[in-house]
Amino acid sequence: MASAQILPITGRPAAGPQPVARLENVSKNYGRVRALQDFNFDVRAGELVAFLGPNGAGKTTAIRLLLGLAMPTTGKVSVFGANPADVTTHMRVGAMLQVGRVPETLRVREHVDLFSSYYPNPLPIAETLAIAGIEDLRDRKFGVLSGGQKQRVLFALAICGNPDVLFLDEPTVGLDVEARHMLWDEIRNLLARGKTVVLTTHYLEEADSLADRIGVINKGSIIAEGTPAQIKSLTAGKKIRCITQLSLDVCKSLPDVVEVHRDRDAVLIHTSQAEEVLRRLLSLDLELSGIEVTSAGLEDAFLALTRDDKV
Amino acid sequence: MVSTAINPTSLRQPNLLTIYAKEAKYELLKVLRSPMYSVSTVVFPLMFYVLFGLVMGKQMIGSISSTLYLIPAYGTFGVMGASLFGTAATLASDRGLGWLQVKRASPMPPFAYFFAKVVMSIVFSTADVLLLLILGVLFGGVHLPAATASKLVLTLVAGSLPFSAMGLAIGYFAGPTSAPAVINIFYLPMSFCSGLWMPFQYLPKFVQYLAVFLPPFHLSQLALTVVGAGRGEPNLGHWEALAGFSMLCLGVALWGHQRDQKCNG
Repeated sequence: MASAQILPITGRPAAGPQPVARLENVSKNYGRVRALQDFNFDVRAGELVAFLGPNGAGKTTAIRLLLGLAMPTTGKVSVFGANPADVTTHMRVGAMLQVGRVPETLRVREHVDLFSSYYPNPLPIAETLAIAGIEDLRDRKFGVLSGGQKQRVLFALAICGNPDVLFLDEPTVGLDVEARHMLWDEIRNLLARGKTVVLTTHYLEEADSLADRIGVINKGSIIAEGTPAQIKSLTAGKKIRCITQLSLDVCKSLPDVVEVHRDRDAVLIHTSQAEEVLRRLLSLDLELSGIEVTSAGLEDAFLALTRDDKV
Repeated sequence: MVSTAINPTSLRQPNLLTIYAKEAKYELLKVLRSPMYSVSTVVFPLMFYVLFGLVMGKQMIGSISSTLYLIPAYGTFGVMGASLFGTAATLASDRGLGWLQVKRASPMPPFAYFFAKVVMSIVFSTADVLLLLILGVLFGGVHLPAATASKLVLTLVAGSLPFSAMGLAIGYFAGPTSAPAVINIFYLPMSFCSGLWMPFQYLPKFVQYLAVFLPPFHLSQLALTVVGAGRGEPNLGHWEALAGFSMLCLGVALWGHQRDQKCNG
């Protein structure tokens, strides 16, 4: 894969404590469809890992494997060193899945009461409701809730057992900005309380804002892994926008330039060495004007990472 | 506000009895609050009884009155409906729309899920049969000794087990929206051919031969025998037929379960 050249996978740490969850050389086929391929990933205690990728990349498959809802075709998946499908493993795990319909005639507190009973050391129900911010909804039936409220109830079911690790599949999908930020705060609170969190998202901002570590998934493989800062530095780190007489080809030929676009009357240059490129540009074009240098957000990194053709 | 969560306040183990009880309680509540289910499974048998038993007026069927005869018949019909809809429709919907996955990702003991559905079927079946009896006694001139009435109720309610098994088998293969239609395809013809809607002896001969292969026929014969209107075959054969049928259905359900795991997993 072309992108693998510029984005070396750092791999798992050579030593250290046992990971909370581990995917080892995992491949997963659904019939003839290959959902995951040679997938390696370790989740360490206390970190928040975001699997970032477009729809259909294999993020949900990875979560389903970690929850024991699916078995790998080849390779090994373990959570706390044990089989993720075991009930004893599930007692330490909270899950939030994308679900078509939740029983609508049960009240919020009844859903939480039932799920709490499955766990050895659940949080008191009032506390679960407080953490998820749904105390006001406790006596409402699930069916009458808004989309955002429903997500929060599903979040409550994930945390009610006071689990050590949480697997959240697209936790903020379909939420408006305000609801999304509220859920982010709740997820950060979990980390502050020593939980380990793995979530999937195709919101770039979400991964950047929440994650200690990002695994970028495309077409069933991890194509990059690192802190948000590392992910950004792996691709062109800066964007230079300027108005210049120089042709695109000349700009492109400069060392360390990754990509060049025309942006209305200006030129947009992606580079990993902004200072050096700027010096050269200024020396080549004395008329150069309107210089702006910005840091490439994760969004740009992401687009570059998952773009298949040329980078 | 949330600081205590770091140290869980209790160290108890999950109590299996509590889980089973809660699972059953909430399954019941869930269904009680869905009028579509309660109405179609409880009201229809009662309505049939009122129309064909009470409104049509008392006739003699064999040696007993129609108002008595129709209690075992519509009782079987009601038990079958409550059990089939209670298990098949909810299982198909839970499977098809992802809720079962959420349950499976939790530490819920898998058997608790099925236990809850069977309990729910039993509760609704019991309500069905008791209401029929009450209608018959109050408005149909039915007189039954308490022991006979109890035996009738127990016999009919025991029938919710084979039909719950049948419901599981259907629920593992039907889609979430098509499940009610699939259930009715089995439910209604089976009821007719087993003589639940009209007395057995009035059915065409070939249907009477066919009935021997249908579980509702065996349950209704057991119940009719209690009130002295059975065809006189030994009860054991009927129980054996129901047990065999249950095993068959559980086998099909298990197959469906494994097929699900394979597709999803």
